[in-house]
Amino acid sequence: MTTLTGSFRRRFLGRSAVGEKTSRDDAGLVAVPQDDLDPVDIAPNDPLLAYLQSATGAVDVEALELDSPALASLKAAGVKLAVPLVSQGELIGVLHLGPRRSEQDYSTDDKKLLENLAAQAAPALRVGQLVREQQAEAVTRERFQQELEVAKLIQQNFLPKVLPDLPGWQVAAFYKPAREVGGDFYDVIPLPDGQVGFVVGDVTDKGVPAALVMAATRSVLRASAQRLVEPGVVLERINEHLCPDMPEKMFVTCLYGVLEPETGRFRFANAGHDLPYVKTADGSVELRARGMPLGLMTGMVYEEKETVLAPGDSLLLHSDGVVEAHDPHGEMFGFPRLKEAVARYPGGRELIDRVLTDLRAHTGPDAEQEDDITMVTLSRSPGPARTSNGSPPANRQLVEFEVPSAEGNERIALQRVSDIVAPLGLGDARLKRLETAVGEATMNAMEHGNGYREDLSVTVRVLTEDDLVRVQITDHGGAPSSDRSTEVPDIEAKLAGLQRPRGWGLFLIKNMVDEAHETNDDHLHTLELVMHRKGDDDDDK
Amino acid sequence: MTTSELPSAVRRRDGVAVIDLVGDVNRGAEAALETAWAEATALPTDAVVLNFEDAGYINSTGIALIVGLLAKARARSLPIRAFGLTPHYREIFEITRLADFLDINPDEDSAVRGAERSAT
Repeated sequence: MTTLTGSFRRRFLGRSAVGEKTSRDDAGLVAVPQDDLDPVDIAPNDPLLAYLQSATGAVDVEALELDSPALASLKAAGVKLAVPLVSQGELIGVLHLGPRRSEQDYSTDDKKLLENLAAQAAPALRVGQLVREQQAEAVTRERFQQELEVAKLIQQNFLPKVLPDLPGWQVAAFYKPAREVGGDFYDVIPLPDGQVGFVVGDVTDKGVPAALVMAATRSVLRASAQRLVEPGVVLERINEHLCPDMPEKMFVTCLYGVLEPETGRFRFANAGHDLPYVKTADGSVELRARGMPLGLMTGMVYEEKETVLAPGDSLLLHSDGVVEAHDPHGEMFGFPRLKEAVARYPGGRELIDRVLTDLRAHTGPDAEQEDDITMVTLSRSPGPARTSNGSPPANRQLVEFEVPSAEGNERIALQRVSDIVAPLGLGDARLKRLETAVGEATMNAMEHGNGYREDLSVTVRVLTEDDLVRVQITDHGGAPSSDRSTEVPDIEAKLAGLQRPRGWGLFLIKNMVDEAHETNDDHLHTLELVMHRKGDDDDDK
Repeated sequence: MTTSELPSAVRRRDGVAVIDLVGDVNRGAEAALETAWAEATALPTDAVVLNFEDAGYINSTGIALIVGLLAKARARSLPIRAFGLTPHYREIFEITRLADFLDINPDEDSAVRGAERSAT
């Protein structure tokens, strides 16, 4: 007798179908002992299946004519009679018997007896089948649960145990895995020179495979971050490590940024991760940098950007479990809500708590969490930055950096200033003008102030007040020299050979910014460029 | 950071020499621009068109180089036209009055057509 349910539906095991003695032994209702009959496979499209399903009683196998490979196999095995075992209308097995010992045919009474036996055996057999199925499901569930535990263990072991204590900064983090454990991770990495690396990432897929990829990503990132300075280069390195062994259809999104706590400078690169938000005095700002997710293809380059987190600013790194949480009607929490929350709420731990409250209100209090949720906040204490003598500066300094005096380095200065000033709300046209002015001023400083001596740097400071930006560019030229041309360029004079073709720098600077002031002492010369954040002429060109 | 030499190519189209400026227009571009100008004017041409579509950063030295080209063109009574400037550099060309001495066009077709018209 063989069961026919679930995945075993196609298989008849001859050994259990024949050879069992019954109380009717004397009456000859006993199959020929053939304990070692080979199992008979019945293909799902074999007509024998349909025939047995619809049969009303015992089937005379020898008399049956069907174009059925299974029937041929049964006949070859010596089966004479097949009695379908049907429970609740479903064929769950077949009782099949060989020839009687008396070599007589099975009588009508024999068949009735077998049919009664089948009618009573079928429900019992069905119960047995269900018990076995449940046991198998329980084993599968237990294995799955164990996998989840392993995945959780891996993830939790790779999350930071403590967050760094940075003077003037507050760092807070929240991580809650979904029931099925996704691939979220975050990390805070102490780096040389007091810098600190911040990471948030998400591995596609769930369970142990995602956890292992997460662990590999974190390990490579930690190792690379210690040796490489630029966040974009770190992501490139991770991508090259992950690509060869990345399972199919898996990849990692990751945002990696490096903070200089002293200045608030935050350099970052993004491998396809949700954009972080910064709460500033002017609202919330997205930090954009382009880059493909990690592990998809080799040779990827990751754009590197930077900003300055000013006193009172708060940065939020987050995973898609926040914005992709759905309400009961299927609407996502979404980026606009999160951006608005960042603008409206205080930063730090309170921002995390408020966003979680909003999230619960959106999904409903009893909703099951769909995906891992990760949030990391980095907040700079409010209050003016202090100068070296402890007094607050007149302006809020966003950054100060140096550029060696080498031809072409004005590009470095203008790009850094542009990255820092861009979130402050200057329009595109005014930002471009400031870039040109910074480039020209830096070029003048390197050439006329420092004589292109590479041991002399140009210092660039960016400061902001309520409605304006100041960029101070200082060289070692001291008092103004005759090299700093004050000649007003006249193109007609130049074309006529009455002026040299060059001499446009200062003219461009003065026409690009709202104000330009020069100051000198015995050793240093500073050109200050002033640009109002809003101008009547903005974006009209 | 070092400056890279501006690669440029000279094409001829409908009797006009088109100089494609690729990369930054700064001190590093000086030699390439000289070469391109010599090539553009080696054969008779009705005008020279400067293509800025693939040009990057243009600094004051780059402006001076263009003034130099304008002076050479003026000496030969050769019109110079330009196209492909971003709004920012177009503004700079206006502030410096370069725009008074070279005709700024929105695209290559109009630059070449304009040059054809001025030659007839």
